[in-house]
Amino acid sequence: MDRTFHPRSRKVAPLVAMAAASALLIAGCSSNSGGKKSEEGEAGASAGKANTPRMTIALVTHQSPGDTFWDIVRKGAQAAAAKDNIKLIYSADPNAGSQANLVQNAIDQKVDGIAITLAKPDALKDVVNKAKAANIPVVGLNSGVSEWQKLGLMEFFGQDETVAGEALGKRLNEAGAKKAVCVIQEQGNIGLTQRCDGVAKTFSGSVETLNVNGTDMPSVKSTITAKLKQDSAIDYVVTLGAPFALTATQSVSDAGSKAKVATFDLNKDLTGAISKGTIEFAVDQQPYLQGYLAIDSLWLYKSNGNYSGGGEQPVLTGPAFVDKSNVDAVARFAAKGTR
Amino acid sequence: MSMAQPAGPAVTTPPDPGRKETDGRTARRPLALRVLARPEVGVFLGAVAVFVFFLAVAPSVRSGSSMATVLYQSSTIGIMALPVALLMIGGEFDLSSGVAVITSALTASMLSYQLTMNVWTGVIVALALSLGIGAFNGWMMVKTGLPSFLVTLGTFLILQGVNLAVTKLITGNVATDDISTMDGFDQAKAIFASSFDVGGVQVKITVVWWLVFAAIATWVLLRTKYGNWIFAVGGNQDSARAVGVPVTFTKITLFMTVGFGAWFVGMHQLFSFNTVQSGEGVGQELIYIAAAVIGGCLLTGGYGSAIGPVFGAFMFGMVNQGIVYAGWNPDWFKAFLGVMLLGATLINLWVRRTATRR
Repeated sequence: MDRTFHPRSRKVAPLVAMAAASALLIAGCSSNSGGKKSEEGEAGASAGKANTPRMTIALVTHQSPGDTFWDIVRKGAQAAAAKDNIKLIYSADPNAGSQANLVQNAIDQKVDGIAITLAKPDALKDVVNKAKAANIPVVGLNSGVSEWQKLGLMEFFGQDETVAGEALGKRLNEAGAKKAVCVIQEQGNIGLTQRCDGVAKTFSGSVETLNVNGTDMPSVKSTITAKLKQDSAIDYVVTLGAPFALTATQSVSDAGSKAKVATFDLNKDLTGAISKGTIEFAVDQQPYLQGYLAIDSLWLYKSNGNYSGGGEQPVLTGPAFVDKSNVDAVARFAAKGTR
Repeated sequence: MSMAQPAGPAVTTPPDPGRKETDGRTARRPLALRVLARPEVGVFLGAVAVFVFFLAVAPSVRSGSSMATVLYQSSTIGIMALPVALLMIGGEFDLSSGVAVITSALTASMLSYQLTMNVWTGVIVALALSLGIGAFNGWMMVKTGLPSFLVTLGTFLILQGVNLAVTKLITGNVATDDISTMDGFDQAKAIFASSFDVGGVQVKITVVWWLVFAAIATWVLLRTKYGNWIFAVGGNQDSARAVGVPVTFTKITLFMTVGFGAWFVGMHQLFSFNTVQSGEGVGQELIYIAAAVIGGCLLTGGYGSAIGPVFGAFMFGMVNQGIVYAGWNPDWFKAFLGVMLLGATLINLWVRRTATRR
């Protein structure tokens, strides 16, 4: 008794000290502004729940880990799954071969439907045929707007990246821009290249592309700064993802440049920057909608035999512009991480 | 522990000035050659070459503010390259250092935000965690006898997964919330991510920290007993232990130094950008290691300096930004970078060979 008690009391002392210290910390060091406390709690979108039989659907994307954009796609898919009484299996791998393996995995699990992204369509051709042979309906989302029919997918939900780029280019013309730089954060990604190409197609000024290392923010920041200093005629920085747009605004001020920032894609910090005016506008392809519609469409097909787009046309989710005029309406959804 | 004066390697200690018996075999080599034999000289020449090259081809490099941008980029690599170099001189390396930076930033941000505390609370907890990760790496390696490559590869994967999963679990998103309005943010930003004016040029404070840390590291390496221990454990661990060098202590503290660097750079990123994406940092560890190797540290340990990696990081920043300043076709960006770095490393190697040849 005594022997077990003794060492314990020695262990208790530091614990008590730690507890006391953390109590002090909480009491003394709490922040009076910002933080979780200032966040408003709001419930997510909900549309009741279907009473159709439980089914299982797989969503397989080319997401790389920790990317805010894909997180929103997944949330949309989850919302649709919750509504439609679906068990959602989400998996992702940026490597095309591994993504194909994940689709095979879904086929092996005998799921009721598969939704895939076609970032590298050729690598997925075989597994798509296997899924069809196993009578599993397959729909596409996000990337592959020009490929989905060739692969024989049932429906497609997304934005045509070139069309989105073209829309942004036109918008730059309206803003009277002369010279833009298009910042690519992942060298060799076809969707990103298409966006910049689309901008170049419609923009009447000149546009240059700039590759940056997307996994290292300080490097992104200084590379954009360097570009702005190298060419002081640049009056618009176009980024292809929300976090890079926010970084680009710092580069602009570091370089003492007067360039404005426009971007593709949205997140909650970006809506704040748009309403403050540090970022001009964002082209939103509504990732939540892509995830939601892809899952919901499989449910509609299974339970009512419907095809969105009639199997002939893609269902476009963008380009939708978010600027100062409509940012307030969008901001409250972006704050929840769903828009 | 009986503490005999540890056998410091000859490379760092100046040659013994006892020149009584000059039979030719121990004759002092010419000053120029002795200077050239120092580990940082090759990289210094490489850095000068790259610098002059870009001064010539890219007119916009020649302004002070462009230099500030180059130095900023160099400093964010250089602050981590320093402890990574020390660790490498000690004979080990750390593959988890890139994601460890993000782990630290995520910890500080989420802890402060979720509990609505002064951001300094998060900063201090993140420091403890970063040192803890370093200690874990070192302890695991010493206790199991596994190579540091394996142990830190494990930590790298663990941290990568934990960064993502915990962030998603706690915030519901894969990026942290904006903490820029919270108490203490401005103070912390002043220390980790502010800039100051030098003759009309905005210089980032990380440049100052980088040079301060480099000076401290140089002093530790060349003037303290601990510095000798680092060379000794990297040169030959068993002989070092035999002459009384506390090998375990040295290795664990070296890993903890890397943890400190990760914390510092992580805090810079957090207070510079207000939020952190959990997927960042992957691949950065190789850039730190590259800067240290270009800076004259041998992958096999026991040789190197703290000032070398400063030039290594500078060269990296110079090439990285110089390509942009030169306005070259961006499709070739990575290829340019590789060729320039390889070229500089070869100069480095050639200088060392020429200088040490008798």
